[in-house]
Amino acid sequence: MNDAIWAGTVTVAGHEDAELEAYLARPLGDQPRGGVVVIHHMPGYDQASKEIVRRFAAHGYAAVCPNLYSREGAGVSPDDQAAAARAKGGVPDEQLVGDVAGAAAHLNGLEHANGKIGVIGFCSGGRQTFLAACSLQIDAAVDCYGAFVVNEPPAGSGMKATSVLSKSPDLSCPLLGLFGADDSFPGPEEVGVLSAELDKLGKEHEFHTYPDAGHGFFAVDRPSYRPAAAVDGWKKIFDFYGRHLGA
Amino acid sequence: MCTYLTQKIELDGAAKGATGWFTVSDGAVYVDHPFHACHEHTLNIDFTNPAEGPSARVAVELTEEAALALVDAIQKALASAPPGLASGGHARAAS
Repeated sequence: MNDAIWAGTVTVAGHEDAELEAYLARPLGDQPRGGVVVIHHMPGYDQASKEIVRRFAAHGYAAVCPNLYSREGAGVSPDDQAAAARAKGGVPDEQLVGDVAGAAAHLNGLEHANGKIGVIGFCSGGRQTFLAACSLQIDAAVDCYGAFVVNEPPAGSGMKATSVLSKSPDLSCPLLGLFGADDSFPGPEEVGVLSAELDKLGKEHEFHTYPDAGHGFFAVDRPSYRPAAAVDGWKKIFDFYGRHLGA
Repeated sequence: MCTYLTQKIELDGAAKGATGWFTVSDGAVYVDHPFHACHEHTLNIDFTNPAEGPSARVAVELTEEAALALVDAIQKALASAPPGLASGGHARAAS
């Protein structure tokens, strides 16, 4: 068995051919494999996001996390890029879709790609995952506690994000949703509304809400980390991708 | 939780960041996950100058108690000085 991986910074072409910094990890073996686009959380393209990318490679996938805040300037530290992007209300939806499409194309252009693409996102990336899966042909999507899929952001938030529930009829793939029962963005009621809408539309989805967990329970470098929820969540993610991204 | 609520303000002053002093023109204040502080949530303040690029930033992450103490200290410091002494209008008029 060859479990070696390669990981490092690459450049991918994003929306309107913008040059994006991205972190890629892929197995060194020659087995056909699916690709996973990792959408980082609102605090930006950080070490924890890169660790998630490596985790997918260690499980046999080629994974890439584009730095959605690359346009804030090359050589700028990721936290400064994130603050600048936040001050502008986050990234526009159209740009996000183009960036995910570019990242997916990059994965499909790698050797041993089987053409299957999964998307996963955390926090604001959860909503962006849903948006991408409703805008692009994706094979499996994982929304980890994404807010404002159903509800609008609070008035005066300055966020560009708006509800994307109306896009549900265009959801192109099965959706795995992982949420915390103690989260408010999204709260359990919001998760329930999304589930009911997908039920009504006959869209394949599987939602899990963990007790004693709030927003960010996967974040190992933050006090919000909840090991029980995260361990089970990762198991569900790999089971889900195993079923939908296989050769 | 992410509150996503960002209070944006125009500022007039200066701050010292990673690359030295710069003129501060903008500020953002929000309660959210910190980047560095080891707390689940903090009151975060960004002192910035977008015209000089994203690196012209001084970031502060404070607990709620620390943030309120800072507000109180600012009020007390201003109250102990003659009104207008540190005002932007005063500084310009004097120069």
